[in-house]
Amino acid sequence: MQAFEYARPKTAQEAVALLASEWGKSELLAGGSDLLSRMKDDVSAPQRIVSLSGVHELRGIAASARGLRLGALVTLDELETHPAVREHYAGIAQAVEQVGGPQIRNVGTVGGNLCQRPRCWYYRNGFGLLATYKGRPLVPDGDNRYHAIFGNEGPAYFVSPSSLAPILIALGASLRLLGPDGPRDLPVEQFFVTPKSEAEREHAIKPNEVITEVLVPPANGTKSGFYEILQKESLDWPLAMAAVALQMEGRRVEKARVVLGQVAPVPWPSAEAEEALKGKMVSEEVAEEAGRAAASKATPLSKNKYKVQLARVAVKRAVLLAAGLVKKGEV
Amino acid sequence: MATCKYDWPEAAERHLIGKPISRIDGPAKSSGRAKYTYDINRPGMLFGKVLRCPHAHAKVTSIDISEAKNLPGVKAVRVIQGEGKEILWGGDEIACVAAVSEEVAEDAIRRIKVQYEELPFLVNEEDLERAQSQGHTRAPSVQTKGDPDKAFADPDVVISEGYYGAPVITHCCLETHGQVTEYDGSDHLRVWISTQGVSTIPQQFAEVLGLPATHVEAICDYIGGGFGSKFQIDRWGVECARLSKDAGGKAVKLMLERDAELKVAGTRPSAFAKVKVAAKKDGTLVAWQSEAWGTGGVAGAGVPPLPYVLEGIPNQSKKYTAVSTNTGGARAWRAPNHPQAAVLTLCALDDLAAKLEMDPIEFLTKNTGLAPEHLGETYNDELAKVAELSEWKKYWHPRGRGGSGRIRRGLGVSIHTWGGRGHNSNCDVLIQPDGSVEVRLGSQDLGTGTRTVIAIVAAETLGLPVEAIKVTLGDSRYPYSGASGGSTTVGGVSASTRRGSVDARDQLFAAVAPALGVPPDQLEAAAGHIRVKGNPAKSLSWKQACARLGTKTIQATGKNPGPCELGSSGVGGAQVADVSVDTETGRIKVNRMIAAQDCGLIIDMKTAESQVYGAMIMGISYALFEERVMDDQTGIMLNPNMEFYKLATIGDIPEFIVHMMTGPQYDRRGVIGLGEPPVISPGAAISNAVANAIGVRVPTLPLTPDKVLAALEKA
Ligand SMILES: Cc1cc2nc3c(=O)[nH]c(=O)nc-3n(C[C@H](O)[C@H](O)[C@H](O)COP(=O)(O)OP(=O)(O)OC[C@H]3O[C@@H](n4cnc5c(N)ncnc54)[C@H](O)[C@@H]3O)c2cc1C
Repeated sequence: MQAFEYARPKTAQEAVALLASEWGKSELLAGGSDLLSRMKDDVSAPQRIVSLSGVHELRGIAASARGLRLGALVTLDELETHPAVREHYAGIAQAVEQVGGPQIRNVGTVGGNLCQRPRCWYYRNGFGLLATYKGRPLVPDGDNRYHAIFGNEGPAYFVSPSSLAPILIALGASLRLLGPDGPRDLPVEQFFVTPKSEAEREHAIKPNEVITEVLVPPANGTKSGFYEILQKESLDWPLAMAAVALQMEGRRVEKARVVLGQVAPVPWPSAEAEEALKGKMVSEEVAEEAGRAAASKATPLSKNKYKVQLARVAVKRAVLLAAGLVKKGEV
Repeated sequence: MATCKYDWPEAAERHLIGKPISRIDGPAKSSGRAKYTYDINRPGMLFGKVLRCPHAHAKVTSIDISEAKNLPGVKAVRVIQGEGKEILWGGDEIACVAAVSEEVAEDAIRRIKVQYEELPFLVNEEDLERAQSQGHTRAPSVQTKGDPDKAFADPDVVISEGYYGAPVITHCCLETHGQVTEYDGSDHLRVWISTQGVSTIPQQFAEVLGLPATHVEAICDYIGGGFGSKFQIDRWGVECARLSKDAGGKAVKLMLERDAELKVAGTRPSAFAKVKVAAKKDGTLVAWQSEAWGTGGVAGAGVPPLPYVLEGIPNQSKKYTAVSTNTGGARAWRAPNHPQAAVLTLCALDDLAAKLEMDPIEFLTKNTGLAPEHLGETYNDELAKVAELSEWKKYWHPRGRGGSGRIRRGLGVSIHTWGGRGHNSNCDVLIQPDGSVEVRLGSQDLGTGTRTVIAIVAAETLGLPVEAIKVTLGDSRYPYSGASGGSTTVGGVSASTRRGSVDARDQLFAAVAPALGVPPDQLEAAAGHIRVKGNPAKSLSWKQACARLGTKTIQATGKNPGPCELGSSGVGGAQVADVSVDTETGRIKVNRMIAAQDCGLIIDMKTAESQVYGAMIMGISYALFEERVMDDQTGIMLNPNMEFYKLATIGDIPEFIVHMMTGPQYDRRGVIGLGEPPVISPGAAISNAVANAIGVRVPTLPLTPDKVLAALEKA
């Protein structure tokens, strides 16, 4: 880890002022569970760390008729255990309850989770976000068992790691960014972009912007669910995940949102699965069909064909969970 | 029958030996009071860091350390492999520094400029043809016994052919390798080192540093895992001492980073094989053929003992090819070569049993006569025991008949063997006039319960409670005791402690006999007293007896080997795994593991069972998760961390049922080691359980979802 300057502002405004306008020079520090490991591995070497720990306005969960307001510093554990979240946004609770382990959930924050960098092992070993070596892309001929099966025409092959992003997108959430010119709101879906060059990022955030909060619209009876496939019971990265939000009329689906995670450089909304669910009475067969539709356009790499099957299963099980046809632990 | 005075007490006379006794260092460890090498901090201590080669194969064309040297806070910089040196694996040591803080040391490392000429490399070996075409294989070793061609050609035999394997895994010690070195004057070196062989360390340092071995002291009170990878002082240990010397003798702490630990501090060699086995229709094994290969780094790998356990198969044809790869080298890994051999053999035999439509426990039982010497009967007892404890008859079903549900359950079995004869050990047993007792020896407790076992043996012999014994180990100034490898420690230290304690006790008898008015051989030490045999009323309390020593401390030296055989070698074990497989995701959940294990006379039932639990945890980990991933294009290790080098966590650990074999036929054999044997079977047992559940073989470990799904697709 390189030596760095440490700043601890009291307000989001001050934090913004402390950030550099170029990438690489400064980094915000929330729970640190991602940033510190990158710094230790020399993948990131900021000259200044701007800690958010003193910025109290970024804390707190507020549930009201206008929906859910999540401060950027809300921890994953707070999110998982919040009664209103558990009652009205089951998919959010399900998405965070298996992230890492208790230690990670105790420090990891909403803002940090959305802004964490990919876990692509070429990136983490110093070959850049787009993983190149001597001018060649490493992933297509390399060990791509954990890489993208959608949106992988290159040059980006990594997968978006956030467990929170797919469910927030499925629920139509937006986030608020504060920059030198004031705040701006952005749908979470538009926050994630596929970089086309090493100079670009996978997040639509400027180097001197701070996420201050995430706003989830009122649930209004929307049923949500989340399912991920982990190999281990804990402290493991999911191999595929799916978030589902259903607006239902009895057992019939009026409108569905299906967003996959860990399968593409961005959280991956599946119009095919949404179409397969629309107007249907949810059943095992319909859920299965949604899974099949979600996986139908996958373009796996040399070593990750199995992820297509896992994506299919994740969608199917998330649909069943969202519709309440099964409980977590039964699928 | 004249018995020898050092013999283990008869079952009826044992008060402590064989009982479940909690480890005596448990509170120190769980409270954090136990100090590991990592915890050692010395006044004015410097921190060492190593610069490692980023290439799998390269030549150092130039190295410039001047900028590092000039950095304030840097006290010493050393080139380890400089200009002209050929580096054969990624992560090998190039240079090192000592500085006033870890941060400065890292900054200094970054300022060392090295130019490399990159050279061709091979880092993966599963594709044997590729390795051969690139000249990375040794001449194969070929062995034949009987007439395998004829045996396989017999129309009356059933033949099964398959491909099996286990990849390279790493030791991944939770406490990484490393040491603190400090000079006392110019020619006395003190080393706190995470080691499996305290007594062997001085000689190793002395040889390379040109010091008399008497001038080196090694200390290791606690160790956070070794598994066979911590016998050597290693190049980083030597360089750490040299940095100390260069820095005017100051203490230098150099512990490996996690990535270095996984890249260079020890791997278990891989083993892959195409296997063909034949049996008569009644299940009698007649022929074995294997073409195996594997790598343990540049030096290739040791040959796994095939066919494993059932080595008496009459007709055999074996070929083994060692593959040399540009990867961190192999070290002994808990039962070297055996877990791999178990996978290659017991999975192949399980497939044959399935083809014969035989229950694999019946099939193995039928063939245990092919195991060495006395083990056949032991296996039969152990197989019967695991069948009973696992409710095998209730849960086992013929392969492929696990139903059509999404979740399928299956059982699998494996057997294993190991040596485990006690190593050379010396100890001093001291009885002080105030009654306190100490056993001192230059041994180490790898977490196996060595301290506890020593205390139990001394306490049993002296008629005292376990708490009355102080065990002092972990320092090379105490009597030489062997390194902890090959499951040799419990046999060695329990025998030396027994002999030393008997002699110390006899000296005490001699000192108090006049007071009790009988000859010393009429005395016994029991229940905290020295008393007259057959007349317990005539006695002195332990304290009163010791007070008779006046100012004279009793000091007796116990040795192993020594008079009266107190141990032997050669154990067996059987394990059953019970798994559920989600056929949609390929995810495996181990429901239960059941083990029956013998190890001769058991000193502490609790720590013995703990060894089996720990081994099965490690076994689940390598069966399902562990794999060193090397990149063909860059030559680097892609998962030198604990995120993608996956280890089982507590949630992955199922119910364990452990049965230790006991009784006169086991007691008679004396003490035999246990650390390694129970880690051998889990890979094969779990793989067999998965095959039983889903009806097809997943050929190689680890049994990851991608491989399970691929196997299901093929079926
Ligand atoms: C073994 C393991 C398994 C894991 N499994 C999962 C998993 O299944 N799913 C999952 O989602 N995650 C997983 N994680 C990652 C973990 O969830 C993230 O590391 C964590 O959520 C990041 O939050 P943090 O607050 O610690 O972020 P930090 O490390 O503090 O920050 C991460 C990044 O976000 C930026 N940042 C932080 N806050 C803001 C803000 N308010 N505005 C703008 N930028 C900001 C920082 O500058 C930094 O670049 C796992 C981690 C481990 C170690």
